[in-house]
Amino acid sequence: MKKLTLLAVAAAVAAGSPAAADLVFPSLSYRTGPYAAGGIPFADGYADYMTLLNQRDGGIGGVETRVPECETAYNTERGVECYESTRGEGALVYQPLSTGITYQLIPRTAADGIPLHTMGYGRTSASNGNVFSHTFNYPANYWDAASAIVNQLLEENDGSLEGKTIALIYHNSAYGREPIRTLETLSEMHGFELTQLAVDHPGQEQGNQWLQIRRERPDYVVMWGWGVMNQVAVQEAINIRYPMENFIGNWWAGADHDVESAGADAAGYRSLNMTRLGDMPVFDEIREHVHDAGLAAGDGSNLGNVLYTRGMYAAFLAAEAAELAQEMSGVAEIDASMMRDAMEALEITEEDMAAAGMPGIGPEFSVTCENHGGNGMAIMQQWDGEQWVTLTDFIAPDDSVIDPLIAEDSAQYAEENGIEPQCAES
Amino acid sequence: MIYRESGDFKTSYAEDNQTFPIMFDRYGYYIVLLIGALVIPFVLNDYWANSILIPFLIYAIAAIGLNILTGYCGQVSLGTGGFMAVGAYTSYKLMTAFPGLDMISVTLLSGVMTAMVGVAFGLPSLRIKGFYLAVATLAAQFFLVWLFNKVPWFYNYSASGQISAPERNFFYFTDVAVTGPNAESWAKYLFCFLFVFVLAWVARNLTRGSVGRQWMAIRDMDIAAEIIGVNPLKAKLTAFAVSSFYVGVAGALLFTVYLGAVEVGEAFGINKSFLVLFMIIIGGLGSIFGSFAGAAFMVILPVVLRNFLTGTMSWDSALATHFEFVIVGGLIMFFLIVEPHGLARLWSLAKEKLRLWPFPH
Repeated sequence: MKKLTLLAVAAAVAAGSPAAADLVFPSLSYRTGPYAAGGIPFADGYADYMTLLNQRDGGIGGVETRVPECETAYNTERGVECYESTRGEGALVYQPLSTGITYQLIPRTAADGIPLHTMGYGRTSASNGNVFSHTFNYPANYWDAASAIVNQLLEENDGSLEGKTIALIYHNSAYGREPIRTLETLSEMHGFELTQLAVDHPGQEQGNQWLQIRRERPDYVVMWGWGVMNQVAVQEAINIRYPMENFIGNWWAGADHDVESAGADAAGYRSLNMTRLGDMPVFDEIREHVHDAGLAAGDGSNLGNVLYTRGMYAAFLAAEAAELAQEMSGVAEIDASMMRDAMEALEITEEDMAAAGMPGIGPEFSVTCENHGGNGMAIMQQWDGEQWVTLTDFIAPDDSVIDPLIAEDSAQYAEENGIEPQCAES
Repeated sequence: MIYRESGDFKTSYAEDNQTFPIMFDRYGYYIVLLIGALVIPFVLNDYWANSILIPFLIYAIAAIGLNILTGYCGQVSLGTGGFMAVGAYTSYKLMTAFPGLDMISVTLLSGVMTAMVGVAFGLPSLRIKGFYLAVATLAAQFFLVWLFNKVPWFYNYSASGQISAPERNFFYFTDVAVTGPNAESWAKYLFCFLFVFVLAWVARNLTRGSVGRQWMAIRDMDIAAEIIGVNPLKAKLTAFAVSSFYVGVAGALLFTVYLGAVEVGEAFGINKSFLVLFMIIIGGLGSIFGSFAGAAFMVILPVVLRNFLTGTMSWDSALATHFEFVIVGGLIMFFLIVEPHGLARLWSLAKEKLRLWPFPH
């Protein structure tokens, strides 16, 4: 029956019936403004993978994908406008790549019944699916990142950070403030001292913050930066001769463009990453089916770099969920509510990743109604002066710290907005 | 031509002093009002409401507010974004502390709170003016944004410092929501329309009454105004109070009705002050119509351009955004070269030419 429907739909598509819809994955991208350096490769990766599916497989389950792009410039007002302008086209899932826009869209998408996937950003407590029915942030979130960094430092310091000092240099916005609560809890738990240094938008002015780091010489500097802020911070750290090995960024502060300008001077700088590094078969396929066919998003120069890979990984997760939604519902032209149900039942295994030509790109994880956040694992990578090299395997966060924080924060949200837990009946 | 005064005779001072003395204008105004209140809510879709009309109406209020201060009273202010933040955070605190309060009261109280803050920051205007005052209000802008970032009480100790608007109703005896994700577009639109209509009407009447004349006397020459008996303390501080009230209402509406969640540095940063200042400069200083024209120019034009370039012309979104900057910037320069007094002046010149048609001078 399912096959039959798929065939029927595929036939309808082939016949070019005007009603033939495609699977719409809007991309609220930003290719302009101070955050464009990160926005461009991510958007390229996202669009290229969807194009690859169209070119190689004829879409997902026989239905072509479409990625309408809308430029937000990382600005929340434009993000809202983009959401309104694209949602009427039958959008299946939104991935805004901005914590600010995510906060705008969480209540809107829940009201409109469209899932929102904020992979490694956005509101951390949205991983509580009981409260946030339409928001997903698998495979990892900010608090996982904070905890993973501390766990890695614990390992390097023989299990104790007693008496150490850690400075957190963060983007002074919702994005940058997200890890503070976790790090405060962890600092009490492990006995390290936490200094907080805020950097205002867009992030070029960091002189004072680094002066303070120079004076206090913390044992480690942890960075929650994005856009131009990262490059400036890396350069400032070099300028004050801070030991680069002790300077650790989160996964939005560790892409190629962040360190390339400083080059060999930045050698030793570490950061988290949600995906593994290195060549994967899927890159060759993208090169063959997308770039050589002249269908590349952007100028095609970002293929294979850190954020391109992450954008591609985001598209892969969306495509897997769409495929699962087609299987679950037996309909090829799925709608947003089927997509949501599939995202809640999503399970990514090593075979899935290998089948898509990206073996081991991320951790294996499964999503449940209660847990929209995955297992929160990330790798640590290091810049050797010319390229990023993998330092560790996937590091697990300390769930005993994060889970109570998530429960507390989401309970507050549920109370403020009068939300009933959605998983109760099942 | 129909656009003329012949046959449109006035027999009393009241008639002669109307806001729209020409019949054609007056009927045009009534028709716009009727369409705005009775037609648009029924034909409105979500996209038009949330992306075009609601921001336009909200920025029109902010522009009227700044126009009162800068255009009518001559006090340059760069603190608009900060004052909008005061309105937004006041409404957030009111909405969360008093869940039973309806949105009309919340919005008005936010305006009152902003008026008080505005008067406090307006005090230096008694000693300094021009560029110096601009810098003093710039300090207000940075101070207020810093304050709302720094003190967790303002954002109810949330983890990220974001504030988000819970669902609240239009008015006591209705159960029509105007905030929160379930609010209907027409309700949000009508709510903003109501505020714009009342506030624009009040502003128009304030500016042609004795208070407004005092403001304008101060603007034109403060020493002369003082000699003829205008109290500069009263005139300047009332201008700051009324202006901040408007700006605060606009900030509250921007947060509660339009955005729903706000991060102070991003939504109410210095860019917002500049945006509103550009609106009144392009629209026309010292003109209510100019505030609307400026808001339309700065809010609607970029959206229309973007839709045209990416939708109709199928341009790449980044290229379209860059061209949008080029075109809007070019148009701003063009309008200011052609008519330094803004769109309102262009419009009134056009009207005068039409009235004298076929022999305009």
